[in-house]
Amino acid sequence: MCDTCGCNVTPGNAHLAHTPNERGESAVSVLSSLLTANDQVAAHNRAHCDTHGVLALNLMSSPGAGKTALIEATIDALKDELRIAVIEGDLETENDAARVRAKGVPAHQITTGTACHLDAHMVHEALHHLPLAGLDVLFIENVGNLVCPASFDLGQHRNVTLLSVTEGDDKPSKYPVMFRAADLMLLTKTDLLAVLDDFDTKRAEANLRALANPAPAIQLSARKGAGMEHWIAWLKQEVRDQRHRVAARVSLRPAIQPDGAKLHQSFGQWRIRG
Amino acid sequence: MSSRDLAMHELSVCQALLEQVATVAKSHRAQSVSRIVLRIGPLSGVEPQLLQAAFPLARGGTFAATAELVIEDLPIRVKCEQCGAETDATANRLLCGRCGDWHTRLLSGDELLLASVELLEAEEACATPVAAT
Repeated sequence: MCDTCGCNVTPGNAHLAHTPNERGESAVSVLSSLLTANDQVAAHNRAHCDTHGVLALNLMSSPGAGKTALIEATIDALKDELRIAVIEGDLETENDAARVRAKGVPAHQITTGTACHLDAHMVHEALHHLPLAGLDVLFIENVGNLVCPASFDLGQHRNVTLLSVTEGDDKPSKYPVMFRAADLMLLTKTDLLAVLDDFDTKRAEANLRALANPAPAIQLSARKGAGMEHWIAWLKQEVRDQRHRVAARVSLRPAIQPDGAKLHQSFGQWRIRG
Repeated sequence: MSSRDLAMHELSVCQALLEQVATVAKSHRAQSVSRIVLRIGPLSGVEPQLLQAAFPLARGGTFAATAELVIEDLPIRVKCEQCGAETDATANRLLCGRCGDWHTRLLSGDELLLASVELLEAEEACATPVAAT
């Protein structure tokens, strides 16, 4: 029984779902998410990661905010403690996967062609190219874009949204869908704050709070190392939490999604119009 | 961000929509789809106007080749966890409209829902409802 294919319309109730008007038209209420097919694959991906005890993190930001540099610095800091793999999403090139592989970590590059975001199907395909057994953390580096990636669940456990200080502290207000989805906001390239007079980290955080988002905001510079310890501490805590969840056989969706999930439960059935 | 990128995003949402509509049509043995109603909130990340623009490109050759797309816009509403008020809000200020606190929960505004589909029945199905088979 599921919400999308109509298999919950039985011979006993089908006449209710099927009331043609005089023009031979009948209205069927559906009320399910438009992205149901994506969400089902995403749930499958998440279950796949849970089975292998892997924490999956979706890294989102505009292009050039420092996602790959953050992954490189994280591998340098944790390569002796955690086993990491990376899925890279870009429109073209293998550049980012090559950078990650140069650190001795498995990476799979998804080139999306013209698609401006990753979706759950692409990530599912990529998962088959990575050795999940024995992994602790899977980074999914989304296509650099503050708009579209926020709408597609990939099967991650947490969303990490990067905002580099060269971009402006009003980005959470300009891209509310993206920043509302963040479980953690990283203010990156903070070594450049010294030469920027128009980025106020407090204002960036206040703009995040105005989206009713309680996510922590961590300032760091992946290149210079400042603040990396706070990010590493957050990451290690998430890995521990994921291990507890796996042991207890519970799964976690990004913070924004429980509401969406509730919506699907209450609306995700065929509403039969008499 | 070019408008082409955005259109790509809405196009993939359109394709997901049409797959779901085709499933509904097939399960009702309908001939075609005459009307599709969506409910979209501003925080869904999908732009109704771009979806309308992408829809004619995506519907060709599908069950919905001649279907009309109707989009119902939903308001942003929040419930305050401090004072309990339910108020209107805007996409980048989800604060309580009464006390101004940011600890709010979204009641409406992030929906991306297929609300209903109007089906044009195949002629024999018209005479014999599916329930009777």
